[in-house]
Amino acid sequence: MEKTDTVLEEMLKNFEEKINRGDAIEPKDKMPDGYRKHLIRQMSQHAHSEVIGMQPEGNWITRAPSLRAKQILLAKIQDEGGHGLYLYSAAETLGISRSELINQLHTGKAKYSNIFNYPTLNWADIGAIGWLVDGAAIVNQVSLQRTSYGPYSRAMVRICKEESFHQRQGYEIMAKMMAGTKEQQEMAQDAMNRWWWPSLMMFGPHDGDSPHTGDAFKWKIKRHSNDELRHKFIDKTVQQAEVIGLTIPDKDLKWNEAKGHYDHGAINWDEFYRTINGNGPCNRQRLAHHIKVHNEGAWVREAAEAYRAKKEKAIFNN
Amino acid sequence: MTQQQALYKYCLRLGDNALVQSYRLSEWCSNGPILEEDLALTNFALDMTGRAQALLTYAGKIDGNNKTDDDLAYRRGEREFYNILMHELPYGDFANTIARLFYSATFEYLFFSGLMNSTDETLAAIAAKSIKEVKYHMAHATDWVLRLGDGTEESHRRMQNGISENWMFTGEMFEMDEVETLLAGVSVVVSEIKAKWLSQVSKVMAEATLTLPTDTYMQTGGRNGIHTEYLGHILSEMQYLQRAYPTATW
Repeated sequence: MEKTDTVLEEMLKNFEEKINRGDAIEPKDKMPDGYRKHLIRQMSQHAHSEVIGMQPEGNWITRAPSLRAKQILLAKIQDEGGHGLYLYSAAETLGISRSELINQLHTGKAKYSNIFNYPTLNWADIGAIGWLVDGAAIVNQVSLQRTSYGPYSRAMVRICKEESFHQRQGYEIMAKMMAGTKEQQEMAQDAMNRWWWPSLMMFGPHDGDSPHTGDAFKWKIKRHSNDELRHKFIDKTVQQAEVIGLTIPDKDLKWNEAKGHYDHGAINWDEFYRTINGNGPCNRQRLAHHIKVHNEGAWVREAAEAYRAKKEKAIFNN
Repeated sequence: MTQQQALYKYCLRLGDNALVQSYRLSEWCSNGPILEEDLALTNFALDMTGRAQALLTYAGKIDGNNKTDDDLAYRRGEREFYNILMHELPYGDFANTIARLFYSATFEYLFFSGLMNSTDETLAAIAAKSIKEVKYHMAHATDWVLRLGDGTEESHRRMQNGISENWMFTGEMFEMDEVETLLAGVSVVVSEIKAKWLSQVSKVMAEATLTLPTDTYMQTGGRNGIHTEYLGHILSEMQYLQRAYPTATW
């Protein structure tokens, strides 16, 4: 017993020294269970978010108002699905399979980003998702490029490149609509009003109320606090909104000279907790859809597996 | 019909095939049996939207009325669409989509190989680009026909069903009329590629343990603007924003 404790302590010491030196942790390195669990939770939540996010965006593919817009949207959603794929693969390096991860999503053990529990109601919502939602995600993901787990950090480098294209295309949609007819401007402002606050909530609770922060900082999974990142996002977005004539739906928003960033009004945390706990506009719809499609596709996956097994057997028999 | 009118209609037919086919494939977003297939099918939809854009842009130039690709995609009614019927049918189950993609990609591979030699430089260039994409669509569809045909009992039944149900819509791919005749050298003589198509399709059927139907009745109409009841619904959805806000640009 004592010997085991010593081995564990030694392992933890080596691990933490590695982290402190700034070295990346790789799949075959020894790591504490807590670190592994934290990463599986965070990476799978990230992967599921990419995949569930395809639903609200996919909602507008068939109605995209120009061939160019349709191509951009199709390409963007494909990127998101691709991010889901390599995040699932990166999570698998921690010793969990994709089917287990999907099962955790279906049973409610794993979550996805709360933002996708909101509906896309007009074409400008596609702009708002790119500009605000992906814009908020980038702020978080840029910080994660230096996260301590190697496969996660490398996935982030690639994801960030594509997300910045997503943000630009979203902003382009908003800019075009603000330069358009009165109805288009109203749609854009309506989307802004509905997506602004949920986007701020994407950074999670205020630093004092964030439940997962402690070890994540010590182990350099997380490098900046929720509030730091939220401010970074607000500061870069306010000016972009002004340039195209959109109003930020926050009457308390003002520049704080002393702090060097914008102060924002109170976030409705009741709405946030109510929604992450299952009572948002689309929670049931999103999850039920994912489960339905997954179950309906079982026969295809079984067929592919049966075919592979037949072919393998044929090779052995020859 | 003048040669110019024939070329305009030829481009619309090809453009509409790509546009309507891409519409149905894009509906697989978030509906695929596995994430990789969501990506594959919507990626094909993306290829086809690009092809539709190139063909409709060219059609607009031929017409000479300053119509853009979007004018042609979003402001024509059902009777002015000339895609073949198979592309507009509801996508059904995965096997049904694969059956249709298999039929059409095998055809398109032969078709664009021919169109690359067109005396019309624009069409030849579009064909040269499309052939690279279509080769991949055909390989992907063929792989799935084999897997599903020779997979489980259920997948075999569904794949056979997809092959049989879509059969009567394959004849339209090989139809020729005044348009093609007027465009000798520009257009592909599709009646000449039919044997090759049938031979390739039959080869895959045999390997997949599937049976090609022997019915001779072939449904027709789309190439002349007489469609199924489904096209109208596609257009109402696809054209909604352009029709509801006619003065807006997007």
